[in-house]
Amino acid sequence: MANTDLYNYILGIADNSLILGQRLGELCGHGPNLETDIALTNISLDLIGQTRSYYQYAASFSEEYKTEDDIAFLRLEREYRNVLLVEQPNTHFGFVIGRQYLFDVYHYMLMDELQNTKDDTLQAIARKCIKEVSYHKRFSGDWLKRLGDGTEESHQKMQEAINGLWRFTNELFELTESEDAMIKAGIGVDVSKMKEHYYAEVSLLLNEATLQVPERKNFTSGGKKGTHTEHFGYILSELQYMQRTFPNMTW
Amino acid sequence: MSEKEVKNMEDIFEARIARDEKIEPKDWMPEKYRQTHIRQISQHAHSEIVGMLPEGNWITRAPSLRRKAALLAKVQDEAGHGLYLYAACETLGITREQMYEQLHTGKAKYSSIFNYPTVTWADIGAIGWLVDGAAIINQVPLCNTSFGPYARAMVRVCKEESFHQRQGFEIMLTLCNGSSEQKAMAQDALNRWWWPSLMMFGPTDAESVHTEQSMKWKLKRKTNDELRQQFIDQTVPQADILGLSIPDPDLKWNEKEGHYDFGAIDWDEFWQVVKGHGPCNKERMDARVSAWENGTWVRDAAMAHAEKKEMKNRKAG
Ligand SMILES: [Fe+2]
Ligand SMILES: [Fe+2]
Ligand SMILES: [Fe+2]
Repeated sequence: MANTDLYNYILGIADNSLILGQRLGELCGHGPNLETDIALTNISLDLIGQTRSYYQYAASFSEEYKTEDDIAFLRLEREYRNVLLVEQPNTHFGFVIGRQYLFDVYHYMLMDELQNTKDDTLQAIARKCIKEVSYHKRFSGDWLKRLGDGTEESHQKMQEAINGLWRFTNELFELTESEDAMIKAGIGVDVSKMKEHYYAEVSLLLNEATLQVPERKNFTSGGKKGTHTEHFGYILSELQYMQRTFPNMTW
Repeated sequence: MSEKEVKNMEDIFEARIARDEKIEPKDWMPEKYRQTHIRQISQHAHSEIVGMLPEGNWITRAPSLRRKAALLAKVQDEAGHGLYLYAACETLGITREQMYEQLHTGKAKYSSIFNYPTVTWADIGAIGWLVDGAAIINQVPLCNTSFGPYARAMVRVCKEESFHQRQGFEIMLTLCNGSSEQKAMAQDALNRWWWPSLMMFGPTDAESVHTEQSMKWKLKRKTNDELRQQFIDQTVPQADILGLSIPDPDLKWNEKEGHYDFGAIDWDEFWQVVKGHGPCNKERMDARVSAWENGTWVRDAAMAHAEKKEMKNRKAG
């Protein structure tokens, strides 16, 4: 493949949207009230829409996979490049909100920068995404404040979620080889430079939510290189179920 | 008010409805009108919400990204329908919490169709095609019902339901144009969903208790049997286009009547499901109740936070 780095770079962004969208899709109809149910479904829908745009682009020049669905459904576990954060389970609503917010702040910064890419298609996608992501961030940030500075129980649950998810945040800023190559080509965003800004913004909101900001240590990572947590195989077994059971069919 | 005055008000009220005027929440209305509307609208709202579950069941397994997005959008629409309907019902003086309470304790019903399981992907097609299709036939007349908020909610809901119906048919069509396994999956779904869909129109006219009063209030314009017949007449040709066969050996075009004759509906099954003994009644209720109970701390937090914020604002102001 001629553009392996570009292809990998696109998938690195898209897989986050796919897997987070998939996780949110599990919640549909089970939210704490109708309004949050609708909002989370809407975020999932945005993320799946974004995924499609990226995969369609990647499929347009991939030699291995011809369609968005091939890319979404036919890869092996080790070939998915999403960060570990987005594959974490919906343990309770605090985790859903925490995961969303910790991702949204990053996602917003990434889309903001990606609007300056030299790649026209990615630029167009980023311009569309940023509007959606800014809504996601507002939603998750508002809920984080409500839960953090709500009742004693919600405070404790929200802190538990932040503590549990914190160790996955540093991976967002680790650069892969294809990211390096794309940064050099003026296409990719140097996310490593966003790190301080990210932690500053997140800390500010956690403070406002009366939550403790965990220490920046004991981080774990691997998703970007295809080494996922034990949850991931189960996500794929649902995601890929139809395509694996009934190969080569049109749906 | 004296009995005579009430009688007078009722006459004026009925005359307004007869003139096709809309009744608005602040208008005087007979208590029975209010209660009947609370019952019907909340039941409709509950159906939308419980209806999210069988379809939501396939979101994570949808066979393509396009289908996944469409299904998410559809289930989101259903939640939206629930929201407008609860809001319409609240104008009659009941809270959403009270309505949930009635749902969770089994006092309020929801459409029985959602007590059947979605076991294959084709069920998502069949639900859109048949269940949304039947819902439209039930609901289009309600766009002109007498209670304003309900009528207006229905206008919006019906537009979206007809989109769902076409989308469901399109899923079925894709399956029927696909492999033999896909076509068999579609036929199997039709076999399982056909009869429960016919039951969506309710008991036969002979057994239906509410019809006469409902007709007067324009909660109903046609009888259950008329609507059911309309559904069958509309759907059989669509099954022909799909190349699927309706699982009813007695189904036959009646030239003289200009309708399809059809076989006997298993009303015992219908009543079993209505009474809570369908294949998924327990699962649906458990899912709703646990969503509500697991969400208590979240809703409490939102309330506590809003109060804190208001206190701060007041101090600052
Ligand atoms: Fe609906
Ligand atoms: Fe409906
Ligand atoms: Fe619908």
